[in-house]
Amino acid sequence: MCDQTFLAITFGPCDSCSENPVGRQSRLDGRSQRATKNICSCCSPFCPFPMACQGLASGETLKSLKAESETLRKKLEEERKKLHDVELEKVAEKAEALGELNMKTRRTLKGHGNKVLCMDWCKDKRRIVSSSQDGKVIVWDAFTTNKEHAVTMPTTWVMACAYAPSGCAIACGGLDNKCSVYPLSLDKDENLAAKKKSVAMHTNYLSGCTFTNSDMQILTSSGDGTSALWDVESGQLLQSFHGHSADVLTLDLAPSETGNTFVSGGSDKKANVWDLRSGQNVQSFDTHDSDINCVKYYPSGDAFASASDDSTCRLFDLRADREVSIYSKDSIMFGAASVDFSLSGRLLFAGYNDYTINVWDVLKGTRVAILFGHENRVSSLRVSPDGTAFCSGSWDNTLRVRQEGRGVVRELKQGGTTPYLKNIFLFN
Amino acid sequence: MTIRTLRDYGQHYRPRMACLKNVEVFVVEMQDPKSGVKGADQKLNVTIIPHVINGQDILAWIVTKMKVTTEEAQAFGTMLVAYGYIYPLQNHRKLVLVPDSTLYRFQTPYFWPVQKWPAEDIDYAIYLARRNIRKKGMLEPYEQQHYDNLHKWMNPKWDFIVMQATEQYKANKERKKPDRVVLDCQERAYWIVHRPPRRTHSAMDYGLDRLIDPNAEEVLTFDVVRRTNIFLTQALMRSAVKSSMSLTAFVKFVTTHHNHDPFLTTPVPSNPWITDSDEFWQLNSRSVDIPTKLSVERWVLSFWELISDPRGRVDFKLFLKKEHSAENMAFYEAAEEMRWGAASAIPEKSQFIFNTFLKPGAPRWINIDGRTMGLTVKGLVVPHRYVLDAAQTHIFLLMKKDTFYRYLKSPVHKDMQKRALVPAPHVFTDAQLEANVRNRNPGVSPILQWQQEEEEKAAAAVAARPIDVKAMVATNKLDRK
Repeated sequence: MCDQTFLAITFGPCDSCSENPVGRQSRLDGRSQRATKNICSCCSPFCPFPMACQGLASGETLKSLKAESETLRKKLEEERKKLHDVELEKVAEKAEALGELNMKTRRTLKGHGNKVLCMDWCKDKRRIVSSSQDGKVIVWDAFTTNKEHAVTMPTTWVMACAYAPSGCAIACGGLDNKCSVYPLSLDKDENLAAKKKSVAMHTNYLSGCTFTNSDMQILTSSGDGTSALWDVESGQLLQSFHGHSADVLTLDLAPSETGNTFVSGGSDKKANVWDLRSGQNVQSFDTHDSDINCVKYYPSGDAFASASDDSTCRLFDLRADREVSIYSKDSIMFGAASVDFSLSGRLLFAGYNDYTINVWDVLKGTRVAILFGHENRVSSLRVSPDGTAFCSGSWDNTLRVRQEGRGVVRELKQGGTTPYLKNIFLFN
Repeated sequence: MTIRTLRDYGQHYRPRMACLKNVEVFVVEMQDPKSGVKGADQKLNVTIIPHVINGQDILAWIVTKMKVTTEEAQAFGTMLVAYGYIYPLQNHRKLVLVPDSTLYRFQTPYFWPVQKWPAEDIDYAIYLARRNIRKKGMLEPYEQQHYDNLHKWMNPKWDFIVMQATEQYKANKERKKPDRVVLDCQERAYWIVHRPPRRTHSAMDYGLDRLIDPNAEEVLTFDVVRRTNIFLTQALMRSAVKSSMSLTAFVKFVTTHHNHDPFLTTPVPSNPWITDSDEFWQLNSRSVDIPTKLSVERWVLSFWELISDPRGRVDFKLFLKKEHSAENMAFYEAAEEMRWGAASAIPEKSQFIFNTFLKPGAPRWINIDGRTMGLTVKGLVVPHRYVLDAAQTHIFLLMKKDTFYRYLKSPVHKDMQKRALVPAPHVFTDAQLEANVRNRNPGVSPILQWQQEEEEKAAAAVAARPIDVKAMVATNKLDRK
């Protein structure tokens, strides 16, 4: 097939052994200290580092390699330090201060029977797909709060879901190690599960999935430590990305004109930037102290933010190759589970494990607002494609769409397909 | 309760709980006899329970210590109770911080949540058995449920459990009454946190286990280190930009997009989520005749903004048609389709693109330099997804650096700027808002919109095909007389 030809031409054959597909098996073998066996994690023809798979050359020991590693790291730090001439706070002094933000919950979507694990907006700015622990994936029209489609997956813990750019399909996956694509239909009674298509095949749980610029390709990240790019129609693996030493928990595709990179964050505290074409790890950031739960690109594509269990969110500059800002407070001690930027990139919304959402000023580094309302962890948070609102999904089985503004929040008194209560902003 | 499910997914490792460390430090400070929360003795039935604190004091202390608002302090206080660092005395099942005279006590560090090991079922079974003996079979309903479950699947160990329970019960009897009461409260609080009653959640619930142990030290083998070295060498070779440059770029981006961000500037006519009127979406849709002024301003910001907005792309294509360079955009779109499209469609797409755009004498021949053309044509012999990358980048840069600026100066664009709408902001009365809520527009399904777009695209493709003069003469359309 055409994609394999490309890779064969570029990288040549790899001289390692077994035919393991994307997965942990071969990696686990390679990590044992058996210098004679040369099983490595990149046994497939998609190996970007053929040299690394070979055994120790003469005169090299683990110690010398580690020493070399140290010197290289120091050199890199020096280089980066030379370029670091100003802090973000200084540059941001020119930016005007933000007024007070008054966010209110405009819609509460109730209908999931268990924890809401993931959600995604449709490009039409009003539809949402959300997945939950009991295996249900629901497509809502958040504007009218109607449920449009509901699918029951054969697995529990559906941790990843995505809406296709055309709005005609959804993808979801979780503990079944697969990513399944369901084409949506206008017919309400049609059984969506009949047309299901299994696309991705990992060796452990699926933690994140997203469509690329079309319905035809899916990018997935998995607990087995790898991410992969798949062709939807044939289910073929187009490219795999190895480099994390622990579960990959999140990924995000770059919004830039070239659209060639994506960033992934994992349980090994690292956030890696990958090139879609070659499968190589282009940049890596490991300043976090704990698992990275979510990464999101800045709207211009030149930076990304990450949310981690160490209760901080950080902003990383891709062009200067460094971390530029930390969003943290002494009073926030519980991990951040999800982040997203507003349309202009001025605001950073972050959902935390202490049931709150904090809104940060990206440039000045201060917290602008704290939002309550959820009764359990905020597991996922996304701003709508045109930036008019953001939706937060939580382990309290609900999703809340919030926007700024004064005035009373009005609810449908009767009718609709979901009965729901007034908004309650406290714990009881 | 950790019921072992039928499918073992191979995940056995608890994720890191970095929060526990910080919270422990905080709680220790809270208990400081001089600067912490003031406690008192409380009489409960006949016994006196030492060191009881009330909700109000806790809240006030958190507010002063952390310098936060009352709401936030209450949220944090509730988290402390939910994790089990503080437990309520009276309503032991409701794990919230109530800021009045409700009584709480600090949990002993022995019962604090620990990263390394989860609360074991066998310990819980022993506790329940002991409680059963003490209460002579009168357990609370949720405890009874747990007890029955454990009894069922821990049956082989039950003798051991009962034995342990009786031993502990006897040992307990030796203690003094006040100590016994306190210990009982503490243990009960511990188990409420780690084995919550049904339909309530436990703050200790962390979701799924991880596959790879995040708390283990990473073992560095030679290939991992070697790979790191290669990566670092490549990183050194890559050029990075000065901080001042990239950070000013961020500030610039934020400032230019400030007016377009609905969170910072109220959108006109109104935010659909607030007023329940979707006119904002209708005015900015793809097929609208006259776009809004805000959209037009956004198109000016950069070429990418122009073609990302579907309405902007339509406008740009109109301009290109007038300039007779529509083939550039068409090629760009075709190349994008190939890059992101299905793998099986690549051979036919590449053939089509070659015939339409690249072949010498092609009907929509694009103007790229000889080297790129040569590379592309050679690559097309064995086509793969990224074979058109070089040509596509060339065309994109051409459009971005040249055509875009001409577009901005063109009469098409200037005319559009003049005609662009500035919709008046909605002013709804309460009654109208209520009506809006009832009549929320269901909108067009994205599936229908997609089908429409596909049909339009097909029609455009047919229209763009080169006119076959011979066929037209044959059908007498072109009358030479």
